[in-house]
Amino acid sequence: MDWIDGAIDQLLPSGFWQIACKASDDYQGVMTLIDLANPTKFLTLTARVLPWLAAATAILLVVGLYQSAMAPDDYQQGATVKIMFIHVPNAWLSMLVWGVMSLAALGTLVWRHPLADVAAKAAAPIGAAFTFLALVTGSLWGRPMWGTYWEWDARLTSVLILFLMYLGLIALWRAVEDPSRAARAAAILTLVGAINLPIIKFSVDWWNTLHQPASVMRMGGPTLDRAFLMPLLVMAIGFSLLFVTLHLAAMRNEILRRRVRSLQMMQASQRAA
Amino acid sequence: MSALAALIKRDIRIALRVGGGALIGVLFFLTVTVLMPFAVGPDLALLARLGPAILWLGALLASLLTLDRLFTADHEDGSLDLIVMSRTPLELACAAKALAHWLAAGLPLVVATPALGLLLNLDGASTLAVALTLLAGTPALTFTGMIGAALAVTLHRGGLLLAVLVLPLSIPVLIFGVAASQAAISGPLSFGTPFSILCALSLISLVIGPFAAAASLRHGLD
Repeated sequence: MDWIDGAIDQLLPSGFWQIACKASDDYQGVMTLIDLANPTKFLTLTARVLPWLAAATAILLVVGLYQSAMAPDDYQQGATVKIMFIHVPNAWLSMLVWGVMSLAALGTLVWRHPLADVAAKAAAPIGAAFTFLALVTGSLWGRPMWGTYWEWDARLTSVLILFLMYLGLIALWRAVEDPSRAARAAAILTLVGAINLPIIKFSVDWWNTLHQPASVMRMGGPTLDRAFLMPLLVMAIGFSLLFVTLHLAAMRNEILRRRVRSLQMMQASQRAA
Repeated sequence: MSALAALIKRDIRIALRVGGGALIGVLFFLTVTVLMPFAVGPDLALLARLGPAILWLGALLASLLTLDRLFTADHEDGSLDLIVMSRTPLELACAAKALAHWLAAGLPLVVATPALGLLLNLDGASTLAVALTLLAGTPALTFTGMIGAALAVTLHRGGLLLAVLVLPLSIPVLIFGVAASQAAISGPLSFGTPFSILCALSLISLVIGPFAAAASLRHGLD
């Protein structure tokens, strides 16, 4: 009767949670992750935060795009260097999202945090989209620069594997009807897949490949010129905020979807009785 | 220890008897290898060049095919629940099951490789190199595949989902397995470098596989 547990989790009168949260507030005196475990509280909090986040994202992306458009052409790459302002944030986020999902997986397996599996499930399609964009923009840049859309070098291959693993994870979520059962399986797969992250990060250092080595986050400071670094950082922050916004919105949708599901199941069981 | 030995013995015995289906992997390996010349044409020089890749792909698919049996049969007759509840640590039991599965389904693939190498016009040294890389690499395929098998059995889904989950994890093994074989046959690279990475991958999966599979069994079965 897993679904009944789920239904009770999410449909308890808000009074119960207020008491529970008040108890934890008294105990610790600060807002903790436990408070966010109450889906209703999470929904009201995110409803308040989301418009501001969306506005900040829009402003940063507009500023970043303007700066990218105004940035000077590279002396070797010409105007194609501007693809980098889109490509690099997407590539960073493709790994960051898996990292977020790994944390959520720990939350599911270790702390049994009720929102952890919602977070993990909501992040997967967004991460897959960022990874896909990173691959597409990379190959669009590769065509004029390397003379080929695709090259089987270490970093491209490992990002492609990351993309396949995102798709496999989404398939796993979709294959199982019961969300809590799917959550635990997906959490284990996410943690196993996290091994790929350091491989992607260091592939350009370990193997001598076509893809350039790190030039921003490296020992001894970035090698990038300021004219390129500023728009890149603005775009990176803008895309990260975009992820946070989309993620919170997707989590809200997922919570509401689960509520609808448990209501439907309750209704069905009442009709059967 | 005797419990683990008994588990290994039991699994091998079941796999090799009628209905176990371990050796059907070898038959599948043979069939896939025979299909390749039909697809790329009977050009012996080309086949010799593609040989290691064909053998590795065949072995990968064959080991994937038999993975389904790793936990499902035990789940169906209830012995998996006994294994989960027993006093032997589940991680060790998973490792023992994977070892038994490799002995029954993975090792025959390695043994069959020389015969299949003949079909693909590989000379003695090349066949030996491919068989050696398969010997070092197939444990990694089994032990990472075990994670997918454990997930699939707890979700009551096998088949395509298992393949979709396991295949991305086995790509590094494929890359370094084929790279080592090619290096031994023609490559400018020395055989030792990719081969040691292949061995490292096997050792890593030997550690991670049992823990992940045991975790998924513990969390997933009810």
